[in-house]
Amino acid sequence: MPVTLERIPGKAERVILSMGPQHPSTHGVLRLVLELEGETVVRSLYDIGYLHTGFEKSFESMTYSQGITLTDRIDYLAPLSNNLGFCLATEKLLDLEIPPRAQWIRVLLTELTRIQSHLVWLGTHAIDIGAMSVFLYCFREREDILHIFEAVSGQRMMTSYFRIGGLALEPPLGWLKHVEKFVKMFPERIDEYEALLTKNPIWLRRTQGVGYISGEDAIAYGLSGPSLRGSGVDWDIRKKQPYSNYDKFDFKVATHPAGDVYARYLVRIEEMRQSLRIVQQAMEGLPDGPVKANAPHIVMPERESMKTSIEALIYHFKIVTEGFHPPVGEVYQAIESPRGELGFYMVSDGSPKPFRCHVRAPSFANLQALPKLIEGRLIADVVACIGTIDIVLGEVDR
Amino acid sequence: MAADLANNLAFKELQKYDPEAIEDARAFRDEVTLYIRPAHLIRACEFLRDEPGLKFSFLADVTALDLYPQEPRFEVVYHLLSIETAERLRLNIRVSGQNPRANTAVPVWPSANAFEREVFDLFGIVFEGHPFLQRLLLPEDWEGHPLRKDYPTEGYR
Repeated sequence: MPVTLERIPGKAERVILSMGPQHPSTHGVLRLVLELEGETVVRSLYDIGYLHTGFEKSFESMTYSQGITLTDRIDYLAPLSNNLGFCLATEKLLDLEIPPRAQWIRVLLTELTRIQSHLVWLGTHAIDIGAMSVFLYCFREREDILHIFEAVSGQRMMTSYFRIGGLALEPPLGWLKHVEKFVKMFPERIDEYEALLTKNPIWLRRTQGVGYISGEDAIAYGLSGPSLRGSGVDWDIRKKQPYSNYDKFDFKVATHPAGDVYARYLVRIEEMRQSLRIVQQAMEGLPDGPVKANAPHIVMPERESMKTSIEALIYHFKIVTEGFHPPVGEVYQAIESPRGELGFYMVSDGSPKPFRCHVRAPSFANLQALPKLIEGRLIADVVACIGTIDIVLGEVDR
Repeated sequence: MAADLANNLAFKELQKYDPEAIEDARAFRDEVTLYIRPAHLIRACEFLRDEPGLKFSFLADVTALDLYPQEPRFEVVYHLLSIETAERLRLNIRVSGQNPRANTAVPVWPSANAFEREVFDLFGIVFEGHPFLQRLLLPEDWEGHPLRKDYPTEGYR
């Protein structure tokens, strides 16, 4: 018997409706159970787990380096943010310092990831509410970013480009030209989306005052990221607990006090502009130097040096066959992913495989606020509310 | 961020407020972990949430560890965040392997709801007083709790 709501005796006019898991606006395999009175949602319940893959169990049977490939698949719209969270957590466990060039490239690429993820959000959110053309524009620009990812890592989506101790390899010559082209072109594209939506009367009617949550409630229900900042809470991990040298970049944290779907839309649009500023700064200030830390027992040696140096060959053999041994301890590393606080809780028992690796997925926590947003509102608003919290079911179910 | 225990405000204040609550405390890589006696957990949580100067109003995460075959077998791990002071704090409680039970934190932070359901689902730890303790990620008729260390990862279950 799947999860359902119990009928309340004496309320025969109410209908219990199951929405999803195969529903185009649930962004994957989310199932909602709605109790309706006419078209108004009285109670609601969400049912997840259709995409549960047991990542956390799988981490325990893989070495730290192997685990990176799993993180791409948790949030498949922001693979590099997940790579970054996992690498930072492991590096914290190892107390490993990584070179500035690697850090700058990491920042540049994760900010592009944020733009890319927000583009998918904007396109699908708009199409849910009925604005078809925005979707096509957004995916056009997203494709440009995916091309940059493909240029540096060889993969459009499952990049696995960040490694423990730095990057997998130096990006190819001329990749910055693509980034530069994108940075020049993108601001007017954002204006284009805004011209389609920001003052569009239909968009305003569908989003303003819909899905309201106050700042206090947002904190209590564990909302994070743009959904929290859309309720006027000024909290961004990049600013407040900077990692990867984010304190060296100049950007503003977008907030909006209204707490409705429209406010969260404005916050994400502004975030795209700010991310673009960070990308530009990272591109202009990109330092020279190595992209891997000098830690031969952790970082894979260069292919060339393996042919000439016996130490490199031995380290390569040790890393591949056994892995490395971090000290015993536990760390929690949170980063600001496009969806909110993405945390990796890593426990080491001194063996080459994590004793426990738990993912604090922002979508999983944000979904908890959904019943709060939709109860008492019309069924058509449910679609707008699912879009506004920007969930990725891969991350919800893990 | 507070690097050591002696300078950690949350540790000192909680010690003052309820000297019985803290069983053990650790600092590793600038992160503070307080081991709380299970019976004192909810009081300690309310204190940490409301005390001016601490204000751990955001429950970032609840998860668990299985230390099989040790006894007490489980640890439930709470990650707190203070949006005012930008500090983080980890609370651990030890839970026995026979009939594992803990008190729910839902009255303190509503966000604990889904986190605790996930821990119940994957570790089989029962949270007493939880409003809706059902399996979350796995089907209702699933047998066993996959994140336990004695759960087989290959072959027939």
